[in-house]
Amino acid sequence: MKRALLVLTLIAVFALVACAAPTAAPTSAPPTKAPVVEPTKAPVAQPTTAPAATKPPEATKPAAPTATTAAATKPPAPTATTAPRPTPPPGRVTVEFWHGLGKPLGDILEATVMDFNNSQTKYYVDAIYKGSYPDTMNAAIAAFRAGKAPNIVQMFEVGTATMMAAKGAIKPVYQLAQETGVTIDPKTYIPAVRGYYSEGGNMISMPLNSSTTIMYYNKDVFKKAGLDPEKPPKTWTELRTMAKQIMDTKSSTCAFSTAWLTWAQFENFSAIHNVPLATKANGMLGMDAELKFNSDLHVRHMQLLVDMQKEGTFKYGGRDSAPEPLFTSAECAIMHTSSGFRANVTLNAKFAWGVGMLPYYDDVPTAPKNSIIGGASLWVMNSPGRTADEYKAVAEFFKYISQPNVDAKWHQSTGYVPISLGGFDNTKASGFYDKNPGADIPYMQLTRTEPTENSMGLRLGDMPAIRIIIYEEMEKAFQGQQTAKQALDNAVKRGNELLRAFEKLYK
Amino acid sequence: MERRVIFNNRILPYFLLAPQIAITLIFFFWPAGQAIYQSVLRQDPFGLRTTFVWFDNFQTILSDPLYIEAIQVTFTFSIAVTVFVMVIALLFAVLADRQIRGAQTYKTLLLWPYALAPAVAAVMWLFIFHPSIGIVGKALNTAGIEWDYHLNGIEAFILIVVASSWKQIAHNFLFFLAGLQSVPVAVVEAAQIDGASPWKLFRSILFPLISPTTFYLLTINLVFSFFDTFGVIHALTRGGPGRSTTTLMYKAYIDGYVNLNLGLSAAQSVILMIIVSIIIWVQFKYVEGKVHYT
Repeated sequence: MKRALLVLTLIAVFALVACAAPTAAPTSAPPTKAPVVEPTKAPVAQPTTAPAATKPPEATKPAAPTATTAAATKPPAPTATTAPRPTPPPGRVTVEFWHGLGKPLGDILEATVMDFNNSQTKYYVDAIYKGSYPDTMNAAIAAFRAGKAPNIVQMFEVGTATMMAAKGAIKPVYQLAQETGVTIDPKTYIPAVRGYYSEGGNMISMPLNSSTTIMYYNKDVFKKAGLDPEKPPKTWTELRTMAKQIMDTKSSTCAFSTAWLTWAQFENFSAIHNVPLATKANGMLGMDAELKFNSDLHVRHMQLLVDMQKEGTFKYGGRDSAPEPLFTSAECAIMHTSSGFRANVTLNAKFAWGVGMLPYYDDVPTAPKNSIIGGASLWVMNSPGRTADEYKAVAEFFKYISQPNVDAKWHQSTGYVPISLGGFDNTKASGFYDKNPGADIPYMQLTRTEPTENSMGLRLGDMPAIRIIIYEEMEKAFQGQQTAKQALDNAVKRGNELLRAFEKLYK
Repeated sequence: MERRVIFNNRILPYFLLAPQIAITLIFFFWPAGQAIYQSVLRQDPFGLRTTFVWFDNFQTILSDPLYIEAIQVTFTFSIAVTVFVMVIALLFAVLADRQIRGAQTYKTLLLWPYALAPAVAAVMWLFIFHPSIGIVGKALNTAGIEWDYHLNGIEAFILIVVASSWKQIAHNFLFFLAGLQSVPVAVVEAAQIDGASPWKLFRSILFPLISPTTFYLLTINLVFSFFDTFGVIHALTRGGPGRSTTTLMYKAYIDGYVNLNLGLSAAQSVILMIIVSIIIWVQFKYVEGKVHYT
């Protein structure tokens, strides 16, 4: 009895360790996420039309951009019954495309892919949903190790450094274009997007869905507090004064909160003020970059948030997108978060609201610069047994999605920013921005200046982990366990250790 | 008491055992072996560059003050969950073991939570205790009691202990109840005739007699709280605020799954395996001596 129990228990321990070991089950145990805490950096949009995949093929010609102009202002259409995934027609060169967009964005993406499939008869892209971004990334890595990598994989922006370092596992887009003779012109993309995914002027991955952080504010509360509802704060000084007025007049229970503390108040804050988040152009020029976000300006900004929290004008609402419901529930009057939050606000806010660009410190002469993007891009993966035809299919697909009308349609139906100049012009000409005031703010903020080396983007190894470190240290500061300066010094020190470990992997 | 089946064929028993052994080897021992192998390597996520680094990963992780912090969090958490779960479950079992009206209904209802996935359970707790959308969380704040587990480490810790325990109580309850019901009625009646008070009856008769169950549950609960509480932590706190709910398991997840540092994460898995093996060895060596098997 005793021995049997011991053996059984030991087996149970082995079983659990097996689940814990990352190598053992790379695709197993995907963390089940709660709907409320799931990061919704990806915009939640409501397609008014059923995905093209469920329509007869002859009806799936790319619709005119105006067809979906009212998308953002209508409640979601009843979800179409899930049709079985269409099987690739025989005789076509078929390539696999793994993506990380859930419903409804994934449906829109798959509809775009079907539009491509129906636009010609030679190639077929098979789009497969693989879970959240980290899940998709881990699935692609596991598949690559097993020699079964997908042809195309969608990867979130903070995974860029890892992908770029994986020479041999990926084929850079510029190289793909050269080898296949298909023209993919980087100049069609706006600089803030192009720069993020390029190395030495060469495009490495294909931009697809991009967003940036902006400011949402409750116009009803502004009115109640005696503020001009058409004038959101432009600077941090204004923001604090307005927040005080909102609290003093008891117009709202919370004046200001921010989602994506790291993305909005560190990454974009640094870009907008033209200060480095890290050396080597935020890691773009080499893996030996060192974090610099404990500068005087960064400390001043975090101290402001800590001070505002003490005086009751700022509320820390948790990590990533967790604070977002504070805005839609009318609890907090001002919220900084992803441009992709728009669709959610449109659907759920029962008050008048507006958007504006992120505020800046007007005594910093270098501000304001363009903000940086978040989102994901498409990577071409190598694997044993790839044919030239498959690469050609991938290149043709990339060329298709880089067309202005496809970009415009994608922007209008999903809420992501237009990534090309053509996509923006196309949308503007269609009158979309007149019907959806403020929908052009993210694009304006992204393109307001030429990117500097501090506002081009980020390429830091272990960026997801660095974000977690920032959260941890700032949460301690918000609890009063350390000062803002101590928090940032600690975060920089810990983050640099990660960067050095990352660098070591590739030596 | 012991039952024995005699096989005439010498090969048949092995044949019958083969599927179980195969499953154990393929799904448990092989991955665990892989973890040990991976823990002495430094490798990029795609496996393009691999260096054998001896015990570098172990040295890195064990000299990391944050890892020591995670060990403290994990032990505090495990002990809190185990004690909480077993006390409550035993109390419920003792109460449900009596002749009361609708006992069957209570028993069934108490078992329900066990059917839930940890992440789903966590979401339910989130809807109760979230400071702005949770029913209780909001009520607390309205009543002037500051409640925000996003910011307060102690509140976050209590929340994940309670959320993790809630589900496990059902499982423990079932075992305690079965244990109590297997105590011979004659023994209980004899004690009652001798005038034993309910407390005395429990203390001197029932509790010693269900000690095998208690011991089994102690082991299972400790292992459960070490490994199986990932869903709750991930859905509720993601290891925060600060690092107040980052357990060893959650740290291994962050380093391996988010951070893609396989060697470091594998080293942590191996350390976890060693820690749990030690706990179980200690339990079998010292605690089991006090267990009375029938």
